[in-house]
Amino acid sequence: MVTVSDTLHRQRSSSLAVRLSRFRELGIVAFLVVVIAVATAIEPRFLQPFNVRSILLWIPLLAVIAMGEMMVIITRGIDVSVGSILGFAGIVVGMIFRDYPDFNIYLGTLLGILLGAMLGAINGALISWARVPPIITTLGTLSAYRGLVFIVSGGRQIDPNHVPTALIRWSQRGPFGIQWIPWVVVTALAIAALTYFFLRYTRSGRDVYAIGGNPEAAKLRGVPVERTIFLVYVITGAMAGLAGILYASRFGFVNPGETGVGFELTVIAAVVIGGTNVFGGSGTVLGVVLGCLLLGTINVALAVLGIAATWQLAVYGLVILLAVTVDAIIQRELRRATTGE
Amino acid sequence: MTIGETSSLPETSSQAKPVGMSGRFKALLARPELVTVGLLMLAFIAGALLSPYFLDVPFLLSYTSLSIEVGIMAVGLTFIIISGNIDLSVASTLALVACVAGVLYFDLGVPMGITLVLSLCTGAALGWLNGTLVTKMKLPALAVTLATMALYRGAANVLVGDDSRPKLAWSRDIVFPDWFVGINRVCIPGTPIPLPLVIFLALAIIFGIVLHKTTLGRWVYAIGTNEEAARYSGVPTERVKTLIFTLMGLLSGLAGLIMVSRLSVARYDHARGWELDAITAVVLGGTDINGGRGSMFGTVVAFFLLVFLRTGMGVANIKAESQLTAIGTLLVVAILVSNLTERFRK
Repeated sequence: MVTVSDTLHRQRSSSLAVRLSRFRELGIVAFLVVVIAVATAIEPRFLQPFNVRSILLWIPLLAVIAMGEMMVIITRGIDVSVGSILGFAGIVVGMIFRDYPDFNIYLGTLLGILLGAMLGAINGALISWARVPPIITTLGTLSAYRGLVFIVSGGRQIDPNHVPTALIRWSQRGPFGIQWIPWVVVTALAIAALTYFFLRYTRSGRDVYAIGGNPEAAKLRGVPVERTIFLVYVITGAMAGLAGILYASRFGFVNPGETGVGFELTVIAAVVIGGTNVFGGSGTVLGVVLGCLLLGTINVALAVLGIAATWQLAVYGLVILLAVTVDAIIQRELRRATTGE
Repeated sequence: MTIGETSSLPETSSQAKPVGMSGRFKALLARPELVTVGLLMLAFIAGALLSPYFLDVPFLLSYTSLSIEVGIMAVGLTFIIISGNIDLSVASTLALVACVAGVLYFDLGVPMGITLVLSLCTGAALGWLNGTLVTKMKLPALAVTLATMALYRGAANVLVGDDSRPKLAWSRDIVFPDWFVGINRVCIPGTPIPLPLVIFLALAIIFGIVLHKTTLGRWVYAIGTNEEAARYSGVPTERVKTLIFTLMGLLSGLAGLIMVSRLSVARYDHARGWELDAITAVVLGGTDINGGRGSMFGTVVAFFLLVFLRTGMGVANIKAESQLTAIGTLLVVAILVSNLTERFRK
């Protein structure tokens, strides 16, 4: 089916697509500026340090998981179980902190990451080797893992007095005594940087894009497709596990029926707003980080402007729909421009 | 018993034709619904052993009403999934239609009869929007319905807030009309069969006939098997897809109204997470998640399996949250088993 002229068109369109994807990130920045401008116009105190800090505090949880979810979507998959993995890691590590108050918090964080990786590995094994479609696997484990959270915790919340103060301090203090860039934000940005290098400079990272671009071709070229897909879900699980600890640090409690519920939608929104193609094959770290920043800003703006929390879900849905539709229109125009239809 | 195989898999039907008994027997064994029927019997036996109350027929029948909405959504989802698409927004559509009905009746004073018609139209419109975004924007159904899953439930939340219709603060006299509420307490005269169950079975039969005996049904299978090929052989693929998404919205809307009647209240968090149960019912019934294969009979059997499982776990005092783990695992295992048997057969 693929002819030479087809391939030529695709090469031309890919260089155009690169230009447009740069433009796409500028688009997010522009949208961000508009949101901030509108919010500031209505409420002049919008950009005071307290609110900026709230916006920045939105990033860690979101960006950390979004890095994994972005890779999953690039490989043409989806992971809707991240919210439940977040809750599971949060509750288990929280229970350990409750029952052993002297437990080392770094060890606890590591444990959370490992627990998340384990649950992610179950997803990954089912998807890559047992060939259960990603949406079915993770829709199933979304419920299964959430049920586990209730079973393990007996439905009991981890109260604020049981979360170590040293852990909570991660969300309050920053490096070099800078108050408004807390450690959790620094951690998230470090993970974003690591993801950037992983995707750009390692073999497995390049394989992620190759699989998303064309799975059959990737396989024929000797890319270890199954192993890479497995790896991507393990990473996403591990990141969701880390986010469980960051949640405990940020909010100071873990609740089985609340922590991480519905968070998969927020994460997917951030990834899709960041310009990651829902058909797979393309997506950038910078775009997704900007997507997280935009979502955080919208959320804080809604709160500051006194728009009730009841609007949140509708706004997410609308923003996802808008991002996906705008991308589809861009792609269609691109195809039209290159094929001359 | 040859429903469902008519236009789906050429290999299976050619297998079914030849050499008498053994060939026919093999074809029967190859039917994916068989596993579901077996599981249904197992669940029945296990339930009966677990609790003496389980085999109480009126009790079991009345229990089907508690999740009849899942069954009604699964009827529509059978079409959607056979066509190779997915709809994650079904439970959110249900909630939004329920809230629209509540707002129309209480806040705007629309008579109940007109409210019902307008609510069903809303459901169809929401489904049509999904279908149009999928066909006109050439977007994957997964991405579209994931967005509308948030959007529709979010809109329901905006509409009624965290409150309900009738509002908690209102006097007890302000309620839905008597003839509308309590549909689950209405039975076929002289039998313990509740009305919602009758509605579900009637819908399953009507939609089953459409799926298995009409051109539209064949087109749905054709699109799910190979959309490109279907388009080149003259199937109006876009119109068929828009139509089945619209019907899906209509069915979700109907489910929403039944839920409001059953609970006599409309809330934005009605049926939260029930898209999982509906998809599980369809997939458990042997419908291929990649499209092109499946039957309405399988969906109906799987729905009863789910209901009996939930009932069994209920009488065995297993908490609702823990039941989640069982249902989620069941969904994954169902596909896992069908994948493995597929590979084994090859």
